[in-house]
Amino acid sequence: MLLTVRDVGKSFETADGPQPVLRGVSLTLAAGRTLALTGESGSGKSTLLHLIGGLDTPDEGAIEIDGRDIGAMDDAGRAAIRRDGVGLIFQQFNLIPSLDVGANLGFHARLAGRDPGDLKLLAARLGLTEHLGRYPEQLSGGQQQRVAIGRTLAARPRLVLADEPTGNLDETTGDAMMALMRDLARDSGAGLLMVTHSARLALMLDARLHLRAGRIEDAP
Amino acid sequence: MNRAALGALLAHWRRHPLQLLTLVVGLALATGLWTGVQAINAQARLSYAQAAATLGQDALPRLVGDLTLADFATARRAGWPVTPVLEGRVPGSRARLLGIDPFTAPPSASVPGLTGDDGAGTLTGFLGGTLVFAAPGVSLPDSLPEARVSAGLAPGLVIADIAVAQSILGTNRIDHLLILPGAREGLVPLETLLPGARTAAPETQGDLARLTDSFHLNLTAFGLLAFAVGLFIVHAAIGLAFEQRRPLLRTLRALGLPASRLTLLLAVELAGFTLIAGALGILMGYAVAAALLPGVAATLAGLYGANVAGSLGLSPVWWLSGFGMAGAGLVVAGGQSLWQLARLPILAPAMPRAWARARASTLRRQGIGGVVLLGVAGLAAVLGNGLAAGFVCLGALLLGAALLLPPLLSLVLDFGIVRAKGPLAQWLWADARQQVPGLSLALMALLLALAANVGVGTMVGSFRATFTGFLDQRLASELYLTAADGAEAAALRAYLEPRVDAVLPIPSAEAVLEGAPGEIHGQPDHVTFRQNWPLLDAVPDVWNRLAAGEGALVNEQLARRAGLWAGAEADLGQGGRREILGVYSDYGNPLGQAILGMAAFGAAFPDDVNLRFALRLPPADAPALVDDLEARFDLPPDRIVDQASIKAFSLGVFEQTFAVTAALNVLTLGVAGFALWASLTTLGTMRLPQVAPVWALGVTRRRLALADLARALILAAFTAVLAVPTGVALAWVLLAVVNVQAFGWRLPLLAAPGDWAALALWALVAAALAAALPAWRLWRMPPAQLVKVFAHER
Repeated sequence: MLLTVRDVGKSFETADGPQPVLRGVSLTLAAGRTLALTGESGSGKSTLLHLIGGLDTPDEGAIEIDGRDIGAMDDAGRAAIRRDGVGLIFQQFNLIPSLDVGANLGFHARLAGRDPGDLKLLAARLGLTEHLGRYPEQLSGGQQQRVAIGRTLAARPRLVLADEPTGNLDETTGDAMMALMRDLARDSGAGLLMVTHSARLALMLDARLHLRAGRIEDAP
Repeated sequence: MNRAALGALLAHWRRHPLQLLTLVVGLALATGLWTGVQAINAQARLSYAQAAATLGQDALPRLVGDLTLADFATARRAGWPVTPVLEGRVPGSRARLLGIDPFTAPPSASVPGLTGDDGAGTLTGFLGGTLVFAAPGVSLPDSLPEARVSAGLAPGLVIADIAVAQSILGTNRIDHLLILPGAREGLVPLETLLPGARTAAPETQGDLARLTDSFHLNLTAFGLLAFAVGLFIVHAAIGLAFEQRRPLLRTLRALGLPASRLTLLLAVELAGFTLIAGALGILMGYAVAAALLPGVAATLAGLYGANVAGSLGLSPVWWLSGFGMAGAGLVVAGGQSLWQLARLPILAPAMPRAWARARASTLRRQGIGGVVLLGVAGLAAVLGNGLAAGFVCLGALLLGAALLLPPLLSLVLDFGIVRAKGPLAQWLWADARQQVPGLSLALMALLLALAANVGVGTMVGSFRATFTGFLDQRLASELYLTAADGAEAAALRAYLEPRVDAVLPIPSAEAVLEGAPGEIHGQPDHVTFRQNWPLLDAVPDVWNRLAAGEGALVNEQLARRAGLWAGAEADLGQGGRREILGVYSDYGNPLGQAILGMAAFGAAFPDDVNLRFALRLPPADAPALVDDLEARFDLPPDRIVDQASIKAFSLGVFEQTFAVTAALNVLTLGVAGFALWASLTTLGTMRLPQVAPVWALGVTRRRLALADLARALILAAFTAVLAVPTGVALAWVLLAVVNVQAFGWRLPLLAAPGDWAALALWALVAAALAAALPAWRLWRMPPAQLVKVFAHER
């Protein structure tokens, strides 16, 4: 199994004491499959995604990627997982503002020691050929998200984690981005776990899970 | 409405205490260093004014020329209300002697002590030569009459009856006659009565003020530099605060607060900072002035013979000017932000505009401005004349270099991006480039401080090396001797001539050289002078011609001031009009000086009794001869001085001279280091959204922290690299332009690459220290804080 999440729990300290965000969450995702994670604001979707991506550590439970428990890893180990095995796509795009589009596209792959391939070809596929020398702030939201997806495409990770990737985009652009991500998963045989508010987008993926108050429910 | 809006604006500072600290400390430092220097200058000028006003000579016209007491008597007999004045330095002391006539001195003159209860007895002693008046703290040789301390006298001043003063100074002349008001009409004009004399305007400044003007101008320039460096910090802090509060400002506007009211509220906020930081700065300035004043007073005494009180007395004007400078600084630093705010469209983007600032157009404008200013500096250096042109050159050079720094940095970093191997290295260079706008003000401040350090350090190093060599030449004789009177001088000479290799008399007399006060020396024809005298310019056969009584040597100060060099003719007053045979360096002497051959000197000053001698003998024999002379002639130690002691004293005066500028240099560098630290710390928080994606892609916090350190070091290293040529250019301007205008001599520029490298290393250490805390914070930052960047609810 590419991804296994077992009984994961997570709390955050607040002024009123520890506030549980995730309670005994479990799920699995196989390579080449896509999974939508839906839920209301504050239900813990993004937190779960961050834990799976090794950006944070669970208080309890285990998260395994390709059989390796990332909760048991140190900071450097989790960084290596993010670098080599996981691709992250965020709602806010989170491109590197100091690098131009070309450098952004190849950055993750080169960081992982992989050849990013023909970036011009990739840019052409993403419709970014004319923007290769531009900087992120000079692009529209849709263009920035295409760069973020292209960055993940070039890195060829085993697991793609997308957090509301179309949340800042109009419906047409959002649908185009969804198609790109599905192509990405299909072409590379990677697993795709996507957090979304949209039931319509969730229906485009292979499976759906619903998170309510930190617990998994079946998708509505 | 005002209260609510002001509360919202001030809440920013509660959440950003470090930024508040940066703003207040930056402004306080700027104000403090400026007001400190002003306090020193004000105290010194007060002392000069006090000295100039002793006889009211700052308000009275005077009759100048080759005058004696007989001329005074002639003028009085003709009905002129005049009073004689003689000024000089007390032999064997640094005190200034003022000879007056108590009966004809102006009624408004402050001659304290003569009007006391025992006035009659005191006056008798004063006139009889058994009593003089001295300012507190003046130390006088035993050979002088009893000195009564008078608190009202200017620092370092001794007042004696004019005849007593003539006796002390060994002259029968007077300097000038002060012309008092109330002269009857129809009197024979003074110029007719006393042919050769002429009337001169009141001395509004006094000689000391004129002589020391350049020194105080130097101090003021350093004060301004420190103020400018401080303003860079304030500008950065205010600009940052405006950027960070842009969303709040937009919201306030959207909620109905007019732009004019918002601008007013921010102006009120700035006024509050002015009061707080101004008060802190004034206190700091007082501390700086109190710490530096003794050094400055010693410098002025050593270099110019000017006496300045060693304690501070401050006027309300000084306090007010401190607040004024703090306010002006804030207006300069925050004016641009206020102006932008007043014109801000209500729907202006709320995102930070750091990137926008980095746009090529801004860099291009900065580059053009820098090149233009460097051009102005070059023109001022080549075509300018006078001290003001020198300082225009300095200012344009420093500001031009500072403006060129960001575009040059961007070019270098662009090159680094292209040449970088590996994604992290590429990101490091690109990230450094993106930080340039945010750090540019702090880096400019660092550049200014480093350039000032390199420049002043090079100047002082060049000065020290040249001055040491100069002393070795000028002080070639092993011992220097001063006799108490003519009889003792003759006895000493008779005793010494068979016992040493040579006894070289050093006769001297005060004279008016090319219209300004100076002195003339007589020089015997001896190999000591022929081999060692530091000539900068000379006619052929200079020494033989001097020995033959032809012409004169003049010092560099006189040559530069009068524009007369070897071969020209100079008016040496009582020494006559003479051809200049050579020009010699005479560092540290504020006055013009000329040297005649012994016979020519004797002819020009027949009444001069020489009391000073230089002795040539094997150096090893000197200590025994000193002991012998002290025992045989009962000579006190201050009348027989060995070469090493004079050199040590001269070098001590020299070191003291630059101690103040060195202290200001260190303070300026400290201010720049603080600016860098504050900018890096603030940016460390602001740039989290730029660092977090790199961390999310698999770069550990440790590597990111190290990259942060490396980035600071790269930026500081390049700043240091640019600071060195700027500093060397600064040193050249100081040595070849400002020094010549200010002191009258020019020094060669001696490169000190070791010192420059050490300073560059210190800049790197300062940058590493400044970056250490933000880097450490990044390293130890909890992942949850980095994750917040990706949370869309943030």
